[in-house]
Amino acid sequence: MRAHWNRINDWLDHRTGVHTAVRKFLYEDIPASSGWHQVFGSVALFLFLVQSFSGALLAFNYAPTPGDAYNSLRYILTELTGGRLMRGLHHWGASLMITVVVLHMIQVFLFGAYKKPREATWMVGVVLLLLTLAYGLTGYLLPWDNRAYWGTVVATNIASQAPLLGPYLSRLLGGQGSIGVVTFARFFGLHVLLLPPATAFLIAVHVYLVRKHGVAPAPGDELVPKKKFYPEQVFKDTMAIFAAFAILFVMAVAARVPLEQLADPTDTSYVPRPEWYFLFLFQLLKLFTGPLEVVGSVVLPGLAVLALILVPFIDRGQMVRVTRRTFAFSFVALAAIGWTGLTAAAVITTPKEASQVAVDYSAPTDWMELSSEELAGVGHFRQENCVSCHAVGDTGSKIGPDLTRTTIHRNAAWMIQHFKSPAGIRPGSAMPPIQLSDLQLNSLAAFLLKLNPQNATALSDAPDFAVQGALVYQAHGCNACHKVNGVGVDVGPPLNGLAQRRSRSWVEDHFADPSKLSPGSIMPPFKFSKRDLDNLMAYLFVLP
Amino acid sequence: MDSVETPPEPGAMPPPTRRTFYVAAIYGIWGLITAALGLPALIYLLVPPRMRRQNEWVEVGKMAQIPIGTPVEMTFRRMRVDGWKVVSEQNSAWVVKSPNNQITAFGPQCTHLGCAYHWDEAKNEFVCPCHNSLFSIEGKVLGGPAPRPLDQYETKVQGATLLLGRLQTPPEQSA
Repeated sequence: MRAHWNRINDWLDHRTGVHTAVRKFLYEDIPASSGWHQVFGSVALFLFLVQSFSGALLAFNYAPTPGDAYNSLRYILTELTGGRLMRGLHHWGASLMITVVVLHMIQVFLFGAYKKPREATWMVGVVLLLLTLAYGLTGYLLPWDNRAYWGTVVATNIASQAPLLGPYLSRLLGGQGSIGVVTFARFFGLHVLLLPPATAFLIAVHVYLVRKHGVAPAPGDELVPKKKFYPEQVFKDTMAIFAAFAILFVMAVAARVPLEQLADPTDTSYVPRPEWYFLFLFQLLKLFTGPLEVVGSVVLPGLAVLALILVPFIDRGQMVRVTRRTFAFSFVALAAIGWTGLTAAAVITTPKEASQVAVDYSAPTDWMELSSEELAGVGHFRQENCVSCHAVGDTGSKIGPDLTRTTIHRNAAWMIQHFKSPAGIRPGSAMPPIQLSDLQLNSLAAFLLKLNPQNATALSDAPDFAVQGALVYQAHGCNACHKVNGVGVDVGPPLNGLAQRRSRSWVEDHFADPSKLSPGSIMPPFKFSKRDLDNLMAYLFVLP
Repeated sequence: MDSVETPPEPGAMPPPTRRTFYVAAIYGIWGLITAALGLPALIYLLVPPRMRRQNEWVEVGKMAQIPIGTPVEMTFRRMRVDGWKVVSEQNSAWVVKSPNNQITAFGPQCTHLGCAYHWDEAKNEFVCPCHNSLFSIEGKVLGGPAPRPLDQYETKVQGATLLLGRLQTPPEQSA
């Protein structure tokens, strides 16, 4: 068997030279001082490959046009097995990749590995850092939710401020004044068509240059014999890659990446925030106001990038031991303090949006299609803890029947009788009577009659504010005059889409004195407790 | 297994060197990473999506409009879930009403290669124009390359209205 295998290998090597090439690559000489501090480059390369892989898989189920982008991403998250994991890998992989690229750069900087003759390697590396950031910028728009949209509005506006080039950049990004299909197409094109081959090419150049000049030695390395790259250093790289992968995988599984509502260009209350690695730039901008704004948005970042590229020409001294590079260490420490300070300031000043309730659209939103009566029924269902005895699809206990089985659904009257006196209507039933008012039992029955295996997710996914809001809505008999999702009465206006028509403060004032804001309205004034009002408002404002 | 291998003497095996440990760890970890990425990717690509809101019954017409004993082609629109979209599609069915008011509704495509067939009044059979497959009024294959009888819709009569459900290969007749 082994002889057979060797023959195939020899044949292949003779025709292609692949084994010789791999051997040459693995058995390269590296300085004796090489070790754990040089693993970051390999980890960054690995993460690039993971991003390419997860990105391609996402693209298999993704439609790159604004409306469809959002819907197809929701489809990936809510209907495809493993879809959430793929997006998690891609989302957190981006953050991790930026982190590792920066760590790689800090290591090279601290060790002075950019010095002659490795200046070109460093400069290509800086360009690779910029490309990594460009992925973050362009990829941010692709989910096309509110966060993506408004974050990109800010970013393209910053680009348009650049001296001289601004208008052209803005035109190139398709963002003249507003963001629409053109900007989206360009960002997508950059993200998946232009940046990946550019990155792959520059990585190849970068690795070629590393090989050409050899791994940077430390002073004193010339006195000791060299080591081989394989297997010791490869082992160290592999362990570091495994650690990074383990972190990434756990985050992709455990840290849910939310999807906000579909991008709404008319939403004036949205407070955009860029991704965490751009927060320092965002905060820097705030330090400059008026005509000086361009200093923070373009001039300073531009100078920083220029300085970074020119590092090998600024510091041209002899290679010294890393422990004696106090200036480099203080520089990195200062930069880290500055970055942390700006980022922390940005995080602290992020306003807590009281009126905005985040609905996670990366989970099914069947609950949004329920009428308020049915949604209030979800509230009673939770309160009465029906799942302690009943199965609902795959979840819950198996003592009572599975409530999603539509064959057990009869009519509301039967159900309500059954709720009041289970054993009376079904002799021998061990179910205790439910102590709720008739109105509440009606809600519960309405929900149960609607329940099926498809919309059972509403039970677990309906957010508490919506359920509580629906309970308030029912308790005050709003459905006697208004409609939600087509259920109710047409005396007053239907309440779906209220968020598009009215502001929160208008509706609050309207509750206090309807006839003042809508002359001729027959709606009576309502006074709610603060908590009830918050829940009701949040519920009404998420109605599609 | 008949022969029981005796475990090697402790001294017989070469002591694992640092080098073999490195190589084993490299292969092991890369195998693990490949599996951790590859398996979820296969699941993601191969497991069908969780279907939502399907199999709805669609009204296609009044029972009184359907003649007895002569197939009629009836068209109707139905919503179909297509990935992340729900599309409204034009569909058709060949509907046959038997003398005792039993309804059979055939899918409009030949079971050979999916061509649209039609009812040949003169011959009293369904004829596919592509490769001359022939089907009886019960959907059975009478000739040509068709491998199985015509597919049938689930049918339901509500009052005076005919409703069609899913298109199915007749289970008792499928090969």
